[in-house]
Amino acid sequence: MSFPYAPVLAAAEPASVAQASGTADLTWLLLAFPIAGAAVLLLGGRRTDRFGHLLGTLASAASFVVALVLWLDMAGRDVEERATIQKLWTAIDVGRFHVDIALQLDQLSMAFVLLITGVGTLIHIYSIGYMAHDPDRRRFFAYLNLFVAAMLLLVLGSDYFVVYIGWEGVGLASYLLIGFWGRNPAYATAAKKAFVANRVGDVGMSLAIILMFTTFGATDFVRVHAAAAGAGEGTLTAIGLLLLLAACGKSAQLPLQSWLGDAMAGPTPVSALIHAATMVTAGVYLIVRSGPIFDLAPTAQLVVAIVGAATLVFGAVIGLAKDDIKKALAASTMSQIGYMVLAAGLGPAGYAVAIFHLLTHGFFKAGLFLGAGSVMHAMNDTTDMRRFGGLRTAMPVTFVTFGLGYLAIIGFPLLSGFWSKDKIIETAFHEGGVEGWTLGVVALLGAGITAFYMTRVMVMTFFGPRRWAEDAHPHEAPAVMTAPMVLLALGSVFLGGILAYGGMLQDWLEPVVGGHGEEEGVTTLSPIVVTLLTLLVVAGGAAAAYLQYGRREVPVVAPVGSPATIAARNDLYQDAFNEAVLMRPGQYLTRSLVYADNRGVDGAVNGLAALIGGTSGRLRRLQTGFVRSYALSMLGGAALVVGALLLVRI
Amino acid sequence: MGVQNYLYLSAILFTIGAAGVLLRRNAIVVFMCVELMLNATNLAFVTFARIHGNLDGQIIAFFVMVVAAAEVVVGLAIIVTIFRTRRSTSVDDANLLKY
Repeated sequence: MSFPYAPVLAAAEPASVAQASGTADLTWLLLAFPIAGAAVLLLGGRRTDRFGHLLGTLASAASFVVALVLWLDMAGRDVEERATIQKLWTAIDVGRFHVDIALQLDQLSMAFVLLITGVGTLIHIYSIGYMAHDPDRRRFFAYLNLFVAAMLLLVLGSDYFVVYIGWEGVGLASYLLIGFWGRNPAYATAAKKAFVANRVGDVGMSLAIILMFTTFGATDFVRVHAAAAGAGEGTLTAIGLLLLLAACGKSAQLPLQSWLGDAMAGPTPVSALIHAATMVTAGVYLIVRSGPIFDLAPTAQLVVAIVGAATLVFGAVIGLAKDDIKKALAASTMSQIGYMVLAAGLGPAGYAVAIFHLLTHGFFKAGLFLGAGSVMHAMNDTTDMRRFGGLRTAMPVTFVTFGLGYLAIIGFPLLSGFWSKDKIIETAFHEGGVEGWTLGVVALLGAGITAFYMTRVMVMTFFGPRRWAEDAHPHEAPAVMTAPMVLLALGSVFLGGILAYGGMLQDWLEPVVGGHGEEEGVTTLSPIVVTLLTLLVVAGGAAAAYLQYGRREVPVVAPVGSPATIAARNDLYQDAFNEAVLMRPGQYLTRSLVYADNRGVDGAVNGLAALIGGTSGRLRRLQTGFVRSYALSMLGGAALVVGALLLVRI
Repeated sequence: MGVQNYLYLSAILFTIGAAGVLLRRNAIVVFMCVELMLNATNLAFVTFARIHGNLDGQIIAFFVMVVAAAEVVVGLAIIVTIFRTRRSTSVDDANLLKY
C-alpha cells in the first residue's frame, strides 16, 4: 500500500550509531526495573503496603546499578563506538512513516541516566523516612517509580516520537505527585495548573514532530539531524521555536513559568526530584539534543538565549521576596534553569556547559530541597521562614548539608556551582557583540541576585534568634533522611570540580554536542576577569543580604514592603497576567462560541423546524371537515386545470 | 337547430348540478345534484360523438352510467348509515374528519 505523501527531503540512511550489542543489550533493563516496580505497586494495591517503599527503592537502585555497569562499559569503548541504539520493537510502520521504539544510549543520555537513577535513588531512600507516617506511602513510591521510568524513556528515546511518550509520562507523574495530597483543593488546583501549563508546551512538541515528519519524512534523531542541513531556514526556525515552546512548558521558562511555584504543593521529595533535579531540566535536554536543528536556525537560537536570560532574572527577583522556603527554592530553580537555557541558546559552545550546570544543579538543588524537607519535618510542616531562625544548633546535619548546597549554588570558589555557573557567564561574554555583552551582564547580575536570596534563605532559616511557633520542637531527621542529604552535599562540593577537571565533561559530551568552540568566540573579557567579577558580585549580594537579614531583626509577620517587594511576593503578577491575557479572553471566547452555537447554529436548525411546524399548523386549518368546501376547491381546481389546458391549446 | 345547443344544455345542467352540490345541505339533494352533473357530462359526450362521427363518446357515456350506478349504491348506503347514527342528513353536520 503506498502512502500518498512525499516528504520534501529524502531522509539520510542512519549510519553513525551502532546497533547495541554485548553489555549495551541491557539498556532496556534501565526502564524495566522502575516500570515493573510501578506496575507491582499500583496493581498490587493495599497488599503491597507493607513492603511497597522498599520495593520502589530497590527498583530505582537496581536501575542505578545497571546504569553504572553500562557507563563503565561505555567508557571502556573507543569514542566512536560509545553511542549505541537498542531497537525494542516497531511502533508504527505505515507507508513511509516508520517509528521504532528504540533506546539510544550515548554520552548525553548516559549523563542524564546517571543523574536520574542516582539522585532518584537517593530521594527514594529519603522518602522512606519523609513519608513514613503517610498512609499512602506505597502509592507515593509507585508514582516515583513511574516518574523514573518515564524520565528514562524521555532521555533514552532515539526518536522524537519516543521522547514524546516519555515527555507525556513525566507530565502525568508530575501531575499525580503534585496532587498527591489532593484532598486539599488548593493542592489539586496546583496539580491541574501544572498539567495545563505543560499541555501548552506539549502542543508545541507535537507540532514540531508533525513539522519534522512533513519536512524530513522521519522523526528519529539520526535522520532528522542528518537531513536538517537540507531544509530551509524558515522551517528549521519554526521547528526550533516549537521545540522551545515545549521546553518552556516543561522547564518553567517564560512565558509558561507560572506552574512551578504552585507545584511545591507536592511532598518535598517530589519537589527535589521532579521540580528541581530532573523533570524540569527536560527542556534543556530537548534543546541540547536538537542542537543540529538550532545551529542552523540562528533566530530560534537567539530566542532560546533571550528566554533563558529573561527567566533567570524573573525567577531570581521572585526568589528575593518569598517567605515560603520551598517557594523561594522553586523560584531559584526557575532561575537556574534559565541559566541552562541561556547556555543552550549559545550554540555548540554552550551545550556542554548547559549540561554541566544541569548536573551540578541536580545535586545541590536536590540537596537544598531535601534540607528544606528536613526542616519542615522538624517544624511541623511549617514553610514560613519567618518562623524559623537559629536552627543550626537544633539540626546540625541539615545545617551543614544545606549550607554546602547553599555555597554551591551561589558559586563559592571550588564548589560545584562555581565551576558550572562561572562557565556559563564566561561563555555568554565569549559570544561577543551586543548580544554577548547583554547576556553576559544579565547572567552576572543573576549571580548577584542568587547570592542575595540564597543568603536570605540561609540566614532566616539557620541563623539569628529563634522565632519558632510555640509548639515547635525541632529535632534532627532520622539517618534514612540525613544519609541522602550527606551524599548530595558531597556531590554539591566535589562534582563540579571533578567534571571540570581538564574539561572532562566537555570531552565526554563532545561527540554528541560538538566542540568547545574555544577558537571561534570573540575575546571580550578573559576568563580570569569574568571569574573575579562574578565573585565580586556574589560577595556583594551575599553581604547585602547578611546586612539586611543577619544584622537586623527579622519580623515574624512580613512587613508591607515596597511596591517592588509586593510585586515579587505575588510572583511579579504572573497569575494576574495569565488571567487577564489568557484566561479571561479564553473564557469570553468560549462563552461567545457557546452563544453563537446556541443562537446561531442551533437557532438556524430550530428556527427552520419551527417555521415548518408553524406553517403546517396553519395549513392544517384548511381541513375543515365540510364536504361542500372541499367540493368548492375541487371545482375551482378543475376549472383552473381546464383553463390552463385551454390557454396552452390556444 | 344546431347540434351545439345540446352542449349549451349540458353546460346549463352541469352548472345547476354544481351549484346544488355547493349550496344545498341535504345529502340526498347533494347526491341528486351529483347525478345531474354526471348526466350533463354524458350529454356532452354523446353530443361530441355525434359531432365527430365516431363512437368514443358514447362508449365513455356507458362507462359513466355504470360507475354512477355503483356510486349510487355505495353513496345511498353511506347516507342511510349516517342518518341512522346522527339523525340528520345535513352534510355540514358530518364534519368530524378534520384537523
